[in-house]
Amino acid sequence: MEINIFLQNFADILDDTDAILIKQETVFRDLEEWDSLTALSLIAMADEEYSVKLTGDDIKSSTSLNDIFEIIKNKA
Amino acid sequence: MATFSVNDIAIKGISCCVPKNMERNIDLDILTSEEIQKFIDVTGVEERRIATKEICTSDLCCEAAEKLIKDLNWQKEEIEILVFVSQTADYILPVSAAILQDRLGLSTNCIAFDVPLGCSGYVYGMSIVASMMKTTGIKKGLLLAGDTISKIVSKNDKSTLPLFGDAGSATALELTIDSSELVFELGSDGSGYKTIIIPDGGSRNRINQDSLKIKKIDEGISRSSCDLVLDGMDVFSFGISQGPKTVNRLIEKFEIDKDKIDYFVFHQANMMMNKMIIKKLKLPVEKVPFSLRDFGNTSSATIPLTIVSELKEKILNKPTSILMCGFGVGLSWGTMLAKDCKIDCLDLIEL
Repeated sequence: MEINIFLQNFADILDDTDAILIKQETVFRDLEEWDSLTALSLIAMADEEYSVKLTGDDIKSSTSLNDIFEIIKNKA
Repeated sequence: MATFSVNDIAIKGISCCVPKNMERNIDLDILTSEEIQKFIDVTGVEERRIATKEICTSDLCCEAAEKLIKDLNWQKEEIEILVFVSQTADYILPVSAAILQDRLGLSTNCIAFDVPLGCSGYVYGMSIVASMMKTTGIKKGLLLAGDTISKIVSKNDKSTLPLFGDAGSATALELTIDSSELVFELGSDGSGYKTIIIPDGGSRNRINQDSLKIKKIDEGISRSSCDLVLDGMDVFSFGISQGPKTVNRLIEKFEIDKDKIDYFVFHQANMMMNKMIIKKLKLPVEKVPFSLRDFGNTSSATIPLTIVSELKEKILNKPTSILMCGFGVGLSWGTMLAKDCKIDCLDLIEL
């Protein structure tokens, strides 16, 4: 599983955020577009692209996109 | 695994009743207009019917049942089982089903009890009524399912209020000698019980001085411990994995030819969740009706309400195979298939 592809997948679920802002160290919660509905898109993306069941706790306990990436990698 | 069939039970008719009073999500002031648009895009919910103070779930179901009994020309004394599926019963006790037995003028020989399930409740209820009729030989039974979730959500909680609407339903089941068959797949996972919960007011946490204190949980989310809590992320995660699984288990167990199913009626949870489930099951969109836009999530009433509002004309006088699937609070899920059933759908009633 590749971090760059994951970051691309994450950028794809956002509508109004410049892809340049989507990096490994990005604190996703600080993105202006991030809200609880974006979280649903993230769960959907993890399911579709990686067949991983991401829980609310997984997202709540994460800070950076890398944290999410690691969780998905460990569950995949 | 609870996968089973019940023979000789036919679904004769379905009737639904919603409150006249309508609320539009674009009129809500707890969300910004941008937030509302995003909410509508994701959930698909634009309007909801909201019961006024005097109207309870049992009133909506009672109205639906009265019209259904009349329409089917049933004699009330023949109805010997009534199951009321709801999480918004009239009282903590006694069961509303008993009150409804009296209000509807049914015989005192009638079995009547409540089943406090939500999203999976319609399918569970159907399995209960059908199985009991089959084993007891009762010829006619009623399943009343619905909720007035608007009564148990905080008016200042953007995570629940814009999603839920109120509705009641009545479904008539009859013991027949033809080859009717209903097949079921039911399950539960209580490890997720906190995902959708009202924390206080039961006997685990009795109502106390703090129960009604409004607490600010997050921006746009304030509620008391007697209000509904919904963990959207966990519900979503559960729905997109368990929804397809339960449908596939039923199809595999009974070697059902998916192409021979005319309609797939899912619990109306939210549009994005349902679309994911449809995609994973590779279902043709024209076979999957939605009523989310006009009614929102009406808990155990979503399946009958979708049949009445979206399929009434299409299934009129035509043997139709309908798969129904509910999943949510509990956590709990159920899928059933009614093969070649001729369901008489009444016009939607407004109260």
